[in-house]
Amino acid sequence: MDAGLPDRIPHLFRTLAARDGIDLSIFYDHYDATRFAHGLVTTVELATLCVVLSVLIGALVAGVRSRKHQSRNRRRVLVVLLDAYVQVFRNTPSVVQLYFFYFGLGPLLAHRNQYGQAVPLIGNFAWTVACLSIYGGALNAEALRGGIAAVQRTTFEAAEALGYSRWRAYVHVVLPLALRFSFPVLRTNLVNLIKTTSVAYTIAVPETLYVSSEIWSDRMNVVEMMNVVLLSFVGMAGAFSLAAGWLERRLQIPGVGHERG
Amino acid sequence: MSAAERTVSIPAILIHWTPAIASGFLINLGISMLAMALTTLLGTLLGVGAFARHAWLRHACAGYTHFFQNAPWLVILFYCMLLLPFRLHLGVLALPLPDWLKAVFGITLGALANMAEIVRAALRSIPSGQWESSDAMAFTRTQTLWLIALPQCVRRMLPAWVNLYALVVISTPLCAVVGVHEGMSAVADMLAFHDRPGLLLPAYAYLLTIFFVCCYPIARGAQRLERALHSGDSLVDR
Repeated sequence: MDAGLPDRIPHLFRTLAARDGIDLSIFYDHYDATRFAHGLVTTVELATLCVVLSVLIGALVAGVRSRKHQSRNRRRVLVVLLDAYVQVFRNTPSVVQLYFFYFGLGPLLAHRNQYGQAVPLIGNFAWTVACLSIYGGALNAEALRGGIAAVQRTTFEAAEALGYSRWRAYVHVVLPLALRFSFPVLRTNLVNLIKTTSVAYTIAVPETLYVSSEIWSDRMNVVEMMNVVLLSFVGMAGAFSLAAGWLERRLQIPGVGHERG
Repeated sequence: MSAAERTVSIPAILIHWTPAIASGFLINLGISMLAMALTTLLGTLLGVGAFARHAWLRHACAGYTHFFQNAPWLVILFYCMLLLPFRLHLGVLALPLPDWLKAVFGITLGALANMAEIVRAALRSIPSGQWESSDAMAFTRTQTLWLIALPQCVRRMLPAWVNLYALVVISTPLCAVVGVHEGMSAVADMLAFHDRPGLLLPAYAYLLTIFFVCCYPIARGAQRLERALHSGDSLVDR
């Protein structure tokens, strides 16, 4: 035991590479290990930010869109615009959306530094977060719309009778119920969103897929790294899915929510 | 680039390149249709497999579905692109495996899990009385699945299936990332040829529009099917 586990693991994988030709360099090479760990962290950061922001955007958009909670004709134009936003983002490819934002809008939002070079105000990481949150927000708005529709009108009216303003009734009464109704769809959406973060590869955000592609170009261990990437993503999305399932059960109120719990 | 070329307006460039982009988009559609056909076929088998009598088969089908539900399609595409051989040797036969076909396989692998879920949910929604009565009429389990349960599922699955097709169409530009020439690569060609920063925004907006025009009607159709299903089926179901 003198060698200690931390020393044995690299040794084990170095022998595996030398003897069997299975080159899992991320387990014995310090540089590759660091790169890969940074990639994983970046994916987790991307996923966390996108999940949180997309749920917020979805809740906001669904609240404004729902006819139940707004005065008539007041926000017609806004509702039409938000409908258009949801439909456009749901029915177009997220890669093209990302290119549109990053390559199309990005250069317009650049300023020139003292040497006259164009410096983008928003980096590729921030663009990915923005784009995927807006995309996920459209999906979640649609999911929450179903949840809001399932909330009884009388519940909202009761809240109003108790002196809640429209917005507060939505946030404190309708939304918590709607979240529970639409949890299964929301969960699927968010798992998909986490999977979609791999698209950030296309604009060189150093997330799991991108750093892995760097590693396999350097080391020529495509097969090994491909499996590692696949397992990493399945692990992360699976962990999220399990956590969401746990949360769903925790939040469940008897008699409220999906019949198939 | 000459000054004359600089003065060409951006809409004119887009119109000029429309045939190239459109033919690229047809490749997107072709890939999506092939992938969807394969997905429907294999996904049905996988979904039905979740109801097999043998426990190992049930577990294998469920395991595959769970695994691939959590795997990003881009990663699966990379997997197929990099690890499938460019030529498949079957005995004396050497089948060429072009990139677009690998992309079809990649998208199919990802979409399969969704299809299996759709089939499984539909089969679950068949009332248990159907199973019991067909059992009473001496149908075997396989016969019940394929001849009694599944035909009833077709109608129920239709909205979700149409939605899945839209999802497959939307995912086809990922093929460009792994090197298949399609609509998005055609746009990239145009951008590279003209090299005008002002063209980037309209070019991608144009491509988004093409996809939207194709996918929005599909999504609306799915919605309409769903509504028809819910209004028409209530008499039969309850």
